[in-house]
Amino acid sequence: MKRIVKAALVAVWFMVLTFPLMGIKVNSVAKTLTWRWDRTALMGAATFFLALLWGWCFERKARGLPIISLPPGGAGRRPESGPGVRRGILLAVLAGMIAMPLLSSIYQTNIMISALLYVMLALGLNIVVGLAGQLVLGYVAFYAVGAYTYGLLHQYFGLGFWTCLPLGGVMAVIFGLILGFPVLRLRGDYLAIVTLGFGEIVRLTLQNWSSVTGGPRGISNIPRPELFGLQMGIEESSIYIYYLVLAAVLITILVISRLKNSRVGLALQALREDEIACEAMGIDVTRVKLSAFALGSCWAGFAGVIFAAKTTYINPASFTFMESAMILSMVVLGGMGSIVGVAAAAMLLILVPEYLRAFSEYRMLIFGAVMVLMMIFRPQGLVTGEKRRYRVPGENRARQTVEASHEARA
Amino acid sequence: MKPVLEVTSLSQNFGGLRALNDVDLTVREGEIVALIGPNGAGKTTFFNCITGIYTPTEGDVFLHMPDGEKARLNGRKPHKITAMGMARTFQNIRLFPEMTVLENVMIGRHCRTRAGILGALLRDRGTRREEQASVERSYELLRSVHLHTLYNETAKNLPYGAQRRLEIARAMATEPHMLLLDEPAAGMNPHETRELEDLVREIRDSRKLSVLLIEHDMGMVMSLSDRIYVMEYGSRIAAGTPEEIRANPQVIKAYLGEEAHA
Repeated sequence: MKRIVKAALVAVWFMVLTFPLMGIKVNSVAKTLTWRWDRTALMGAATFFLALLWGWCFERKARGLPIISLPPGGAGRRPESGPGVRRGILLAVLAGMIAMPLLSSIYQTNIMISALLYVMLALGLNIVVGLAGQLVLGYVAFYAVGAYTYGLLHQYFGLGFWTCLPLGGVMAVIFGLILGFPVLRLRGDYLAIVTLGFGEIVRLTLQNWSSVTGGPRGISNIPRPELFGLQMGIEESSIYIYYLVLAAVLITILVISRLKNSRVGLALQALREDEIACEAMGIDVTRVKLSAFALGSCWAGFAGVIFAAKTTYINPASFTFMESAMILSMVVLGGMGSIVGVAAAAMLLILVPEYLRAFSEYRMLIFGAVMVLMMIFRPQGLVTGEKRRYRVPGENRARQTVEASHEARA
Repeated sequence: MKPVLEVTSLSQNFGGLRALNDVDLTVREGEIVALIGPNGAGKTTFFNCITGIYTPTEGDVFLHMPDGEKARLNGRKPHKITAMGMARTFQNIRLFPEMTVLENVMIGRHCRTRAGILGALLRDRGTRREEQASVERSYELLRSVHLHTLYNETAKNLPYGAQRRLEIARAMATEPHMLLLDEPAAGMNPHETRELEDLVREIRDSRKLSVLLIEHDMGMVMSLSDRIYVMEYGSRIAAGTPEEIRANPQVIKAYLGEEAHA
């Protein structure tokens, strides 16, 4: 009852607020006033139901219940659902991804390429932000470094794609370390601001150093990747790049999942959790931080080289802060440190706007609303609680106890 | 008995504030030594000084290594000091809250294992074997603090007393020969405190290490420690066996104030 009264009050308040805009139509030529009570009533009704829903959601949140109960295995939250189901889903996704360019148009393939590039970027940033907990806001700078490495090396030295791919990664790592050294002592907000500045420095340098980088005009006529000297048309080339990016993403996933479950990965996570305890446990924080920056930035370097080869044209406008923010949103929405979640979030954030072009006017509005809702109801991101299983002595008995305690909580 | 930790005239200034003033302290092999004093006496500052979180303004900190070497710790980084065999716990528990119980202890193994990035990527035999050894070693340590059944639980979900025990297990994972415990019994009930006492004794006996602990629970301090150091306002005011400390008028004054004599 209380909820209904509250929702009604909210509805009335919204009706009053929106009345001047929605309820009155002034025609200044004919000097007539039209009262549109129906619209106001509609507004009230809509607000009433939304407020009811809102109240219900908050009540569930307050009682610690999930808003939507996910089916088992849906988000990998329940290890009991077995690795078989998960592996099946992943294989199906992989098969779909491999078949995709053969079945759909070149337009779709190109969209998918950029989505996969973002998956790579998001996974790279996931190492720095998700695993090591270092909030970096200028990640796109490393992407730019990779792209310009290829662009410039091609322009001045005529180097090809396959030579530049590793070089792009190396350059990004070098820049990662250049950024890493001065910010070793910073954490949290301070780190975020400095890295934000770093991103802007890189972009502004590219934009204003016209004699070398071509300034805002950028670099054009960057060749697409070659395959043993084979001549390819635009269509074949796109498909080729698609498989290239897909392979790169798979390698990224493999490397990052191995890294995450290793001694180095544990140290990175410990750094995220508590820096002082980390030091006291014998971990060289300087070294771990620098490796986080290096490991994270190299993926952006690779992605940058592929991006330059895909678009054949780069300019500083592709590397604005907006891109960094977008990549960071993918990591946050996906769930810090989760590989599946971050990859899924990257796909969602790129593909959904592409396929919902009809709503493109409301894109930022929807994006903002989704962000706010996520932060209120699921701040930990889409996928969380992925625990690695370790083989411990006398495992069976111990596992039963753990499982029992899980069920007790669920 | 040989000394393990030797601190001579240690002082620490924070700007104009002298937080530690000329403190001497020695822990000998296999001893349990307590450091007590009223709140704000500088006990935790003392810990932070000798574990490398602060660099002492004056004085020396020496750690005697098991091979007989005497190493000066002043100005060394905390992780180096831990690697040399001095581990600590924290007054306000500093676990890695989002990681599992087992992973928390495995972090402690970090400085005793070698695998690098390349090993992580290749997952070769050596790396896998090292990791499994680390898992088993950590699990053993968990067993010794009775947390092994909860090994896959997220650390933040543990009850308070269990978190304290986990911190000790994590410190033990670094294979120390000198263990520093900062208020290990804080927030524990009498039953848990007794268990903790047994645990500390057991660790000392089975692993042949020396323990320096800060504690406010006088019952525990008196029954557990071989010797006690008392601090007040950054200075050492007394040192001796529990009986001597109990009878020391200066200590009584520090704890109860001037009126106690009246």
